[in-house]
Amino acid sequence: MATKLLLEHINVPGIETYDVYRSKGGYRAVEKALKTMSPDDVMEEVKKSGLRGRGGAGFPTGMKWSFLDRKSSNPRYLVCNADESEPGTFKDRYLMEKNPHILIEGLILSSYSLGSNSTYIYIRGEYKWIVGILEKAIAEAKNAGFLGKNILGSGFNLEIYVNNGAGAYICGEETALIESLEGKRGNPRIKPPFPAISGLYNCPTVVNNVETLATVTPIINMGGDEYAKLGIGKSTGTKLISACGHINRPGVYEIDLGLPVDEFLNSDEYCGGIRKGHELKAVIAGGSSVPILPAELFMKNAAGEARLMSYESLSDGGFATGTMLGSGGFIAMDETTCIVHNTWTLARFYHHESCGQCSPCREGTGWMEKVLHRLEFGHGHMHDIDLLVEIAGKIEGNTICPLGDAAAWPVAAAIRHFRDEFEYHVTHASKVKDSRKAHLPNYKTATV
Amino acid sequence: MEQTQHQFQFSEKSLKKVQEMKTRYPEGKQKSALLPVLHMAQDEFGGWLSAPLMDYVASLLDITPIEVYEVASFYSMYNLKPVGKCMFEFCQTGPCCLNGVEELIEYTEGKLGIKVNQTTADGKYTIKAVECMGSCGSAPMAQIGTYYYENLTKEKIDKIIEVFGQPDFDPFKKYSI
Repeated sequence: MATKLLLEHINVPGIETYDVYRSKGGYRAVEKALKTMSPDDVMEEVKKSGLRGRGGAGFPTGMKWSFLDRKSSNPRYLVCNADESEPGTFKDRYLMEKNPHILIEGLILSSYSLGSNSTYIYIRGEYKWIVGILEKAIAEAKNAGFLGKNILGSGFNLEIYVNNGAGAYICGEETALIESLEGKRGNPRIKPPFPAISGLYNCPTVVNNVETLATVTPIINMGGDEYAKLGIGKSTGTKLISACGHINRPGVYEIDLGLPVDEFLNSDEYCGGIRKGHELKAVIAGGSSVPILPAELFMKNAAGEARLMSYESLSDGGFATGTMLGSGGFIAMDETTCIVHNTWTLARFYHHESCGQCSPCREGTGWMEKVLHRLEFGHGHMHDIDLLVEIAGKIEGNTICPLGDAAAWPVAAAIRHFRDEFEYHVTHASKVKDSRKAHLPNYKTATV
Repeated sequence: MEQTQHQFQFSEKSLKKVQEMKTRYPEGKQKSALLPVLHMAQDEFGGWLSAPLMDYVASLLDITPIEVYEVASFYSMYNLKPVGKCMFEFCQTGPCCLNGVEELIEYTEGKLGIKVNQTTADGKYTIKAVECMGSCGSAPMAQIGTYYYENLTKEKIDKIIEVFGQPDFDPFKKYSI
């Protein structure tokens, strides 16, 4: 039986309200922590849980917290990264819409541990209606005495504020997010210094993803050791996976890490299989930035072992034959999918979202988009394929932030595994032209 | 007539909200409220940010106009030109393409007689194609005003065009389509 920690009460009517959430054991973890635990005790439980950042990087959360400069005379800040923008990812949205109080509870616990008295939720601008949902939950929690001054007589003060972005994928990168929260353009900062030393307003700051922070709630309730028993190996606990593409049951699922991919894809409890009459061709397992895998390499690693939904199993084989769990944005594609077309739309995304600070990314993403566009519409040359690989290789590792890598990996992986489709677009150019309404001369990505 | 910042004045309610927002940040860091206040300005004054309106926002937050312009031009949700009251923002990223958004955009273009990034002559409708909106499991989709309209079909587009073209259409309200 699958464990449900974040989505346990998701279908209870009214769970988004304080009263119902409270009646289901909500805010017990805050009572436990503020009455019986020190801030360091809370961090110890998070460390013991083995929780890893759920935004995509998978960095151990407890370790990240331990880097926070607690000796500084400046205030410390916790910032919740709700800028969910990775294509294929919509899990944080689901959680905030349906169960906002579990996030607020996790924020109180985490703020207490880190010593943040003003905690900010930075939410992507497009999630306009969720701002209201979160602000209502914050007001309810405050009314019940779980926010404000001297919470539960502990002497700990906390206010939580929601701040909306305005349409920029780059602001999911933590230093770009901090810049944006300061009211500036979302240009990532050069690290070091890391935010743990100098972040928001040059003060020590921890930035964590929505799901990561919400998960602190069950960790405190059950204890870090119990949480660590869930999952497999270093992939402890549960993970939200947002599934989309050509599957029967798109949606957000909470899985025990280590669930076999076959079960996730085909069981009616999760994706329910590929749509009728079709078969799986390829999978992007963890958001658009992670390498695409052909069906056979997704289902089984190069050694022929069945893959599991875990950080380690999905990355088995490195980029040659593996991928990453990433953000949990799961995109399944059936045999009708043109990989060249799909890669082009993703390249367009990264070009649009590049902040323009580093030339390899600013120029390179544009070149990749253009070259992919001409291949897609039947105007490409055979040498364009290697040109793409070369551009991707020159972006990767040469930029301030990981957006460059994130743009390069999907292109390189698509050619690695589906080179024949790119070649087909050259060798059968006229056929491709006929099937696409090519508008190459006028092509540009203008914005209003 | 040339617009000046003096033509703009937030409602009492909005001004109070701006004042409250400024207190959310440490002393001297009121610029942090810039993105939310720009959204408020865009929502309250016709859906786009003219230079005088940005100057007004700058004056409210005690920052220079250039600090507002550089932010407004960076983020894709701020419109620097007038747009229709019903603005289709179709997601055009990978997962939405897998579910047929391109055909739907073309259909909408045909129905309205405009292309992406254009506004109808009557000023009612604009079509934009934007990047991933976090609605991949309910694709294809478009954001119109505050809300998402998901699992779109040609029939739903027809209905949206009809209903959202009425004079009483309120982009901040959720409509069931």
